Amino acid sequence: MAELKFVNRPKPLLAVTDSLLMIKRSSTHITRKMDELLGTFFQPIMFLVLFAAVFGGAIGGTLPHGVSYLNFLMAGIIVQTVAFGSTTTALAVAGDLQQGIIDRFRSLPMSNLAVLNGHVISDVFRNAISTIVMIITGFVIGFRTDASFLDWLAIAGLLLLFTIAFSWVAAIMGVLAKSIEGVQWLTFIIIFPLTFASSAFVPAESMVDGLRTFAENQPITHFVEAVRALMIGAPIGNHGWIAVAWGIGTLVVAMPIAAWLFKRKTTQ
Amino acid sequence: MPQSKYAIEAKGLRKSYGKNEVLKGISLKVERGTMLALLGPNGAGKTTTVRILSTLLGFDKGSVTVENYDVVKDADSVRGVIGLTGQSAAVDELLTGRENLEMMGRLYHLTKASAKERAQELLEDFDLVDAANRPAKTYSGGMRRRLDLAVSLIATPPVIFLDEPTTGLDPRSRIAMWTIIENLKKNGTTILLTTQYLEEADQLADRIVVIDGGKVIAEGTAKDLKSKVGKDRLELTFEGAKDYKKALEVVDGKTLDQSSEDLAITMTINDINKDVSKVLADLASAKIRVSSMAVHKPTLDDVFLSLTGKVKKKEEQ
Repeated sequence: MAELKFVNRPKPLLAVTDSLLMIKRSSTHITRKMDELLGTFFQPIMFLVLFAAVFGGAIGGTLPHGVSYLNFLMAGIIVQTVAFGSTTTALAVAGDLQQGIIDRFRSLPMSNLAVLNGHVISDVFRNAISTIVMIITGFVIGFRTDASFLDWLAIAGLLLLFTIAFSWVAAIMGVLAKSIEGVQWLTFIIIFPLTFASSAFVPAESMVDGLRTFAENQPITHFVEAVRALMIGAPIGNHGWIAVAWGIGTLVVAMPIAAWLFKRKTTQ
Repeated sequence: MPQSKYAIEAKGLRKSYGKNEVLKGISLKVERGTMLALLGPNGAGKTTTVRILSTLLGFDKGSVTVENYDVVKDADSVRGVIGLTGQSAAVDELLTGRENLEMMGRLYHLTKASAKERAQELLEDFDLVDAANRPAKTYSGGMRRRLDLAVSLIATPPVIFLDEPTTGLDPRSRIAMWTIIENLKKNGTTILLTTQYLEEADQLADRIVVIDGGKVIAEGTAKDLKSKVGKDRLELTFEGAKDYKKALEVVDGKTLDQSSEDLAITMTINDINKDVSKVLADLASAKIRVSSMAVHKPTLDDVFLSLTGKVKKKEEQ
């Protein structure tokens, strides 16, 4: 038998290696699941084209400053796709917990959090692909923008923060759910109202009073408005800072909760 | 710290889920380089015990050390010296056999080159080379178990836990698994194996601990336990009532059980090599025609009947 050689590094660095391995694992999963590949590439295209075609006529004329509906929609549909995409993290976490593999990981001298890190970060990759696909499709069907390189960097940064924050929330749902169906239900009742009661698809001003107050102040609207302002060259107002605050705040709260729940669930 | 001769030591383990006490004070010791079988029926507490010993599960009372590390205070050190093969094959279904092995090797913090080399070695040892680059979900049950075991051996840990490694396997895969486990033992690995099969414990283990209802009810070598359980039984069935009656005269009072309806006689035998042929010879010389015969080894049921008979009756009342 070959002589075994072990990596000799301080523990925090080993934890980083563990997370990288888990990211590789979760990312490989995406490439081996046909439905996820379809979801990553075709679902965003379908949503973008459908929404633009169905709502474009009705809403297009009512938008201020002569903004085209497609230009208005772009930011909303990207944020919506990312939000729904986080379901994948929840499903992956729940799937791991229901299979023996979690016992394997826990019996190894590896970092506990690496499993969650792997799913969350691979979700970022998948969302990045979806977003790029959507932006290219947008350009093909008539999306136009004056955004500078710096604007695009800011857009990428905001979306990255949103994806990571939302995926950690999804990780919590994945740990809490008792079954795969439970995950789908949980994410549905949280993500669906949050994305539709926002300014993702229609301006919040057009909504009835109570709903409007909610829509104008909830985090998804701030992300959508910030990304939209950067895309169409409108004033960003307070949306940028509020969105960043929401994103960081969510991360600070959701990460430890997810980690704690995960640990508790796996030691019972 | 003085090096104990025991690789695994558990003292007075207790574990409850709410009011349901699943472990009621389990103690066991496994000498370094030997194999202990934890034998018991479903729900006896075997898996709970293994999960505690392998740091997966907390407990209410008692203490556990593995290779002198405390499983609670020094869980990471314990994880560095153990390998675990659970009941449900704990491999990543979407990754290939090789990817599984290499990933787990690196999670044990082997270097990349070392993990690669060791993965190849295990694929060869476990007859998985042809399937190495297929996702594990395409594997048969036996292949999956072999991969699972290979994964837990990737860093050659000195202590291995095998939780029902052959449950649900076909006989051929089971024997292949036994060979692998025997080789592990030859290499000096300390093994704790749980099983529902007396035969398996008998075949593989140096010592057996029988648990039932969360308690240790017997322990010793396979020989010790068998002598408690009773002897082999010979069951004979006859072609006609005449043969049956004549046979009763021939065996003359040595029967354990008889049934004129089924034309069957059951008797205990002390030595399978001598006694069976003698009975058959006696029957043949009396021109009695036997329609079927079978030798029954003491089964786990028998072990539990003789060891836990009283306990079970009490529960039924």
